[in-house]
Amino acid sequence: MKGSFSIITDMLQGLGRAQFFLLSIIGAIPAALLRPRLLAQQVYAVGVMSLIIIVISGSFVGMVLALQGYRTLVDFGAAESLGVFVAVVIVRELGPVVTALLFAGRAGSALAAEIGLMKATDQLSGMEMMAVDPVKRVIAPRFIAGVFAMPLLSMIFAMMAIGIAGGHAIGVNLLGVDDGAYWSQIHSSLHWEDIRDSLTKSAVFGAAVSWIAVYQGYHAAPTSEGVSRATTSTVVVSSLAILALDFILTAFMFH
Amino acid sequence: MTTNATADTALVRVRGLNFSHGPRVIYDGVDVDIPRGKVTAIMGPSGTGKTTLLRIIGGQWRPSSGTVEFDGVNVHTQRRKALYDLRKRMGMLFQNGALLTDLSVFENVAFPLREHTELPESMIRDLVLMKLEAVGLRGARDLYPSQLSGGMSRRVGLARAIALDPDLVMYDEPFTGQDPISMGVLMRLIRSLNDALGLTSIVVSHDVEEVLSISDHAYVIASGKVLASGTADSIRNSDSPYVQQFLRGQHDGPVAFHYKAVPYADDLLRKGAQR
Repeated sequence: MKGSFSIITDMLQGLGRAQFFLLSIIGAIPAALLRPRLLAQQVYAVGVMSLIIIVISGSFVGMVLALQGYRTLVDFGAAESLGVFVAVVIVRELGPVVTALLFAGRAGSALAAEIGLMKATDQLSGMEMMAVDPVKRVIAPRFIAGVFAMPLLSMIFAMMAIGIAGGHAIGVNLLGVDDGAYWSQIHSSLHWEDIRDSLTKSAVFGAAVSWIAVYQGYHAAPTSEGVSRATTSTVVVSSLAILALDFILTAFMFH
Repeated sequence: MTTNATADTALVRVRGLNFSHGPRVIYDGVDVDIPRGKVTAIMGPSGTGKTTLLRIIGGQWRPSSGTVEFDGVNVHTQRRKALYDLRKRMGMLFQNGALLTDLSVFENVAFPLREHTELPESMIRDLVLMKLEAVGLRGARDLYPSQLSGGMSRRVGLARAIALDPDLVMYDEPFTGQDPISMGVLMRLIRSLNDALGLTSIVVSHDVEEVLSISDHAYVIASGKVLASGTADSIRNSDSPYVQQFLRGQHDGPVAFHYKAVPYADDLLRKGAQR
């Protein structure tokens, strides 16, 4: 009984600490925005370095969706709607969610490990002793970069999945769906609200993953075990948070 | 350098310091004075919280009670901004150098200058090269921390610690794990930088002979108390059996070789015991 009680209080304490940490990050954002070079470095590290995995995954997800969608639609003689099918599923759901899951695995874990190791090797203490606030110098730029990079990655994922190498390649080039129908149906059925909501979701997921990653890294025990635990829990907690947030956001966006 | 009422006395004044780490009492009423312009050694066995003392002086950790004054200003009652201004006047050399691993040697030394000053690039370059020249690593400016030996990392850390021309430099175990040559290099550097730049230095160490040979003043701290303080010679001639055990590295004495345990015979004869 005492065990489960202390687990709950530990969790609540962790949540409280994470919230205060988020407040201090938000407080440091204006200062970080004044350092565009630092931001660019971090956008490169979390964004550009995640491109390959996003591009490849997007293509495969789009190809699979086209195969599965075609099989169902062709029975109803609605194979021309394949474009809408792929586009709606990708833009509304799979784009932001799968990108965020990949982002957590690729960039989130790297962030947590980097910050955890900086802590374990006294780099963060060293900065503090040089009168440099590590939240301003290290944490805030990484957080902003995550929030900024996620929507871009998600859009690239969607572009790959719907067009270029994904759904279009399979649906039009392989299965013979009419090229004009593929695009025009997307054009008429996909509204800008869908894209707005998709970008909103991505930004929220980006913020959640970055917050969890920098929190886990910054509060990791300064040992190799602590860093490995921080990396693991970043991926686990982020994945759960993404799926739960996706449900909440979708419920709000659902008309 | 700022001069206050305490100008002729101690730069750092610790009074009645109490500090606990969880249930463990680390300091129990410690008074320490760090005289200006001198090299002061803080010695003691591992785990006595010598590093803790440096972190408390730097305001990173807060004592349970007691005061720490830096140049007449209480470190722990300052607001963040004022505390950061105080820290710009302190340099700290961490045990492993604590270099930023994603920056080159040059950029590591330039880091505090870039963060705290608006100096033009050409002046930053001159300053960084001056500091690196002082530690003999001007030629290593383009290396990355992973390419440096332990002793070199510490010298770069030292160049970085003096980049802002601080009043105080704190050395955390600078000699641990160094070969005799780089130990000698570090010892000479600590002494010569202190005298050439008019610094005040605190050297935390348990390498007794080495640290006593370069310091003007020394403290021996163990089990939360100051056991001895004074000049290097007075420490060497101390009549405290503990200090003598520490200086001579004797395996048994006031600090027992055996960890606290029940009598050996009882332990062996205990019947039916699992362990």
